[in-house]
Amino acid sequence: MEVPTLASVIEEIRSRPKLLTEYIEEIYERINRVEPILRAYITIRPKEEVLRDAKVVIEKLRSGEAGKLAGALVAIKDNIVTKGLRTTCASRMLKDFIPPYNATVVERLLSNDAIIIGKTNMDEFAMGSTTENSAFYPTRNPWDTNRVPGGSSGGSAVAVSALEALASLGSDTGGSVRAPAAFTATVGLKPTYGLVSRYGLIAYASSMDQIGPICRSVVDTALILDVIAGKDGKDATCIGVRKCNYVDEVREGINDGVKAKLVVIEEMVSEGVEPVIKASFERTLRKLEANGFSVSWVSEQIIKYSLPAYYIIAMGEASSNLARYDGLRYGLHHSVEGLSWYEVFSKVRSEGFGREVKRRILVGTYVLSAGYYDAYYLRASKVRRVIRDRLKDLLRRYDFIVSPTMPVLPPKLGERIVDPLKLYAIDVETVVANLAGLPAISVPSDFISNLPVGFQIMGDEFSECYLLKVSAFIESILKVSPTAPSWVM
Amino acid sequence: MIGLEIHVQITSLKTKLFCSCPADYRGKEPNTNVCPVCLGLPGSLPVFNMRALREAIKVALALNMNISDYLVFTRKHYFYPDLPKNYQISQYDGIGSTPIARGGYIMIKVNGNLKKVRIRRINIEEDPGRIVYPFASAAKSPYVMIDYNRSGIALLEIVTEPDLTSPREAREFVRKLASILEHLGVCNPRLEGALRVDANVSVRGGERVEIKNIGSVRDVEKALSYEITRQLAIVKSGGKVVRETRHWDKSRGVTVSARVKELEEDYRYFPDPDLPVIRVSKGLIDEVRKELPELPDERITRFIRDYGLSEYLASVLVMESKLLADYFEDVVNVCRYPRLIASILINEFLRWIDEAKIDINEGIRRLSKDRLCYVINLYSEGKISTKLLKEYVKRIVLEDIDPKDLVKEGLTVLSSEEFIERIVDEVFREYRKAVEDALKNPKAINFLVGQVMRKTRGRADPKLVNEIIRRRLISVERG
Repeated sequence: MEVPTLASVIEEIRSRPKLLTEYIEEIYERINRVEPILRAYITIRPKEEVLRDAKVVIEKLRSGEAGKLAGALVAIKDNIVTKGLRTTCASRMLKDFIPPYNATVVERLLSNDAIIIGKTNMDEFAMGSTTENSAFYPTRNPWDTNRVPGGSSGGSAVAVSALEALASLGSDTGGSVRAPAAFTATVGLKPTYGLVSRYGLIAYASSMDQIGPICRSVVDTALILDVIAGKDGKDATCIGVRKCNYVDEVREGINDGVKAKLVVIEEMVSEGVEPVIKASFERTLRKLEANGFSVSWVSEQIIKYSLPAYYIIAMGEASSNLARYDGLRYGLHHSVEGLSWYEVFSKVRSEGFGREVKRRILVGTYVLSAGYYDAYYLRASKVRRVIRDRLKDLLRRYDFIVSPTMPVLPPKLGERIVDPLKLYAIDVETVVANLAGLPAISVPSDFISNLPVGFQIMGDEFSECYLLKVSAFIESILKVSPTAPSWVM
Repeated sequence: MIGLEIHVQITSLKTKLFCSCPADYRGKEPNTNVCPVCLGLPGSLPVFNMRALREAIKVALALNMNISDYLVFTRKHYFYPDLPKNYQISQYDGIGSTPIARGGYIMIKVNGNLKKVRIRRINIEEDPGRIVYPFASAAKSPYVMIDYNRSGIALLEIVTEPDLTSPREAREFVRKLASILEHLGVCNPRLEGALRVDANVSVRGGERVEIKNIGSVRDVEKALSYEITRQLAIVKSGGKVVRETRHWDKSRGVTVSARVKELEEDYRYFPDPDLPVIRVSKGLIDEVRKELPELPDERITRFIRDYGLSEYLASVLVMESKLLADYFEDVVNVCRYPRLIASILINEFLRWIDEAKIDINEGIRRLSKDRLCYVINLYSEGKISTKLLKEYVKRIVLEDIDPKDLVKEGLTVLSSEEFIERIVDEVFREYRKAVEDALKNPKAINFLVGQVMRKTRGRADPKLVNEIIRRRLISVERG
């Protein structure tokens, strides 16, 4: 059976609008079948509501007024606010939070006639790399249900990989789109910081958070990015430089091919990278070389400091961003009678946040404290600037920096989460792009013992046109995606 | 030693500092002037209102300050229910951060002496919401309500060096600052809560005490006098003034301890990653400088020079309120008599609006330019005396009455000779002794004039009365 993609479904529905209803029936039938095992979603919209939305879209298709994403049945990570649709951040703190407004990306999807199926599971407040830190339940990897799907956008990746949605949105602060994409054989893009509006994305680390698509192919990724990218007056950090139609670039890449100069930073494939992953990565490089790519190897010592710098900055910002959850205006609420403000805040925050969130708030509070700020946050910011400068310099000489997306194969449930440092270590390849604000994509490149492996390509700022073009070509060489585990079909 | 921290709302803005909610929050139903941004809802982001930068530059220039090349916002963290994000977007003087302006001064005049009060810095920041006590005070209220309508209003925090040495100086400083802000058009200081003063006070041998919640210019002096007396009494009796924050309780006229500060609070300042640094160009500063309006000191000088006012009249007119000074110029341009008008406005108009507890806008509406000029004309034509002029102003302000109606009521100088002669006859009959005195001593004539004025309740034209009495005395003398 051929795996349907967003692009193929959109095209099919354009000529036969009525098929949309069938696709919805099919997706709900599959959700009923696989969700009890995988648990990709936190909230699934009632089928009747989705069918009502579909009716409107079908009408528009018939009258020729439909938007670019008519037919797109999408899943949204549960840290992106959706008006009237519960948004929990996988936290007890926001268990019953119903946002009164839509994130800018949601507005853009809807105004292009995409239909939301539901909100996906994640690590609480996007803090984690396995989707085990959800306050509700972990999500399982459809390629091996004893294994994690990666995180924190694990639900979004699994929904797409297990055909429970045609495409999804995740968020990526240190690899949260790319990690689960790599572990589920999907394509995950973290755009340049400032290409996609963060308005409505519940903040984890504001200076690194970016919303990105998770899809079954590069062209699908381009379709979603085309709609969500661009300047937004509601996000001062979103300057949204767009230079092309992403879908056209992708088609060009597939048809004409690209010859690009790739570079590998030795420090990104040495320490902590499993031998099977390294071997697979080298096989992939050889295939690319055979297709006209050049590959160089360089050493960048500063990369060794990227993981600690990343965690200091992320936790510092998180401690600030999560201060607002005090139970007074929304979210978990407690009777305040007989208690002081501070007692109320402590009680709500003790009960509302999970262990990992508390750990990061505490460490973050510490690194921003007077007397420690200079030694931690400020120093980490300096490391960050150096990394950025070094990478920008490298990208003047080469077109893309490539690496394995993840240093390991998908771990078993419970394997990594027991030790925070072991958990943080698997972000070693991905955090670099967030520190430097650069775009990076994970493309499925291999299977080892039936477990997916991803290939990461990182480009210069706002080079998404070129990045997607090259990724599409690479995808056509590697021929892994689109794919899905046979048992879900 | 006294240092002040003054929070000034930029009331000239149409919207809040980081969202598009209206800046005019006063008198609205609680929690109706809000949006996801100023409520700090999850996912919302601030976007800076660029107009606020212009306004801050205006103030910085007027206070002779150095303006930063960059606009940087910093998060200041503390947990409090009126602060929706539990951090305030503010500015900070530290590594990677900077206030919008540093190092300026204001000249004030106390007891005829000029004094320079240094300004340390200005921050642009957001106002928190407001905690509303249902039963007047925190102590009496079993619960509180929080109104976020004010949350996110643009504020300038103006901090002085501890240069002030008396409550009187502090009051003069705030008065001068309010006048400058009003002339700049940045803040209407008469709006409730638009200008709020916190003061740091210490006396020799004591710790620094912060007084919060001082709402008006007048209260600055009262609160500081109370606090200094309190601290001196403690030191004198051998006690120790502890480091603390106290609240000014306006109704009781005392300061009340709010919390004891043992340590410097750790606000965990760091640059706000949601707000990119903005360059403040020299071009923008020059543009604002060119548009600066006339400031109070320049205006006082001009009033003295162009209208011949005394320094006292000129400075009261200007510093009391820009509205009053504008009104004064309006009236004088139409009907002249600047000195008379200045003194009427200060001695009569201000007194009666205060008595009637009406604001200056309403006062000016009642004593409109046309009405005042009409009255001034009556005076210049001799139809009313100085005394009646004051009576007119009083009644117009208190009763909102048209002066033409007062004329109809007969409230003018009695210039009918026949009528005055009759009264003079009466007085001559009643005070024979006084008439004899007046024949011997010309100065004694004043008693007779006074009696006539009394009988006409001040309405007789004194000149005419004098003339008639003299004529009558001559005819009495001739027998």
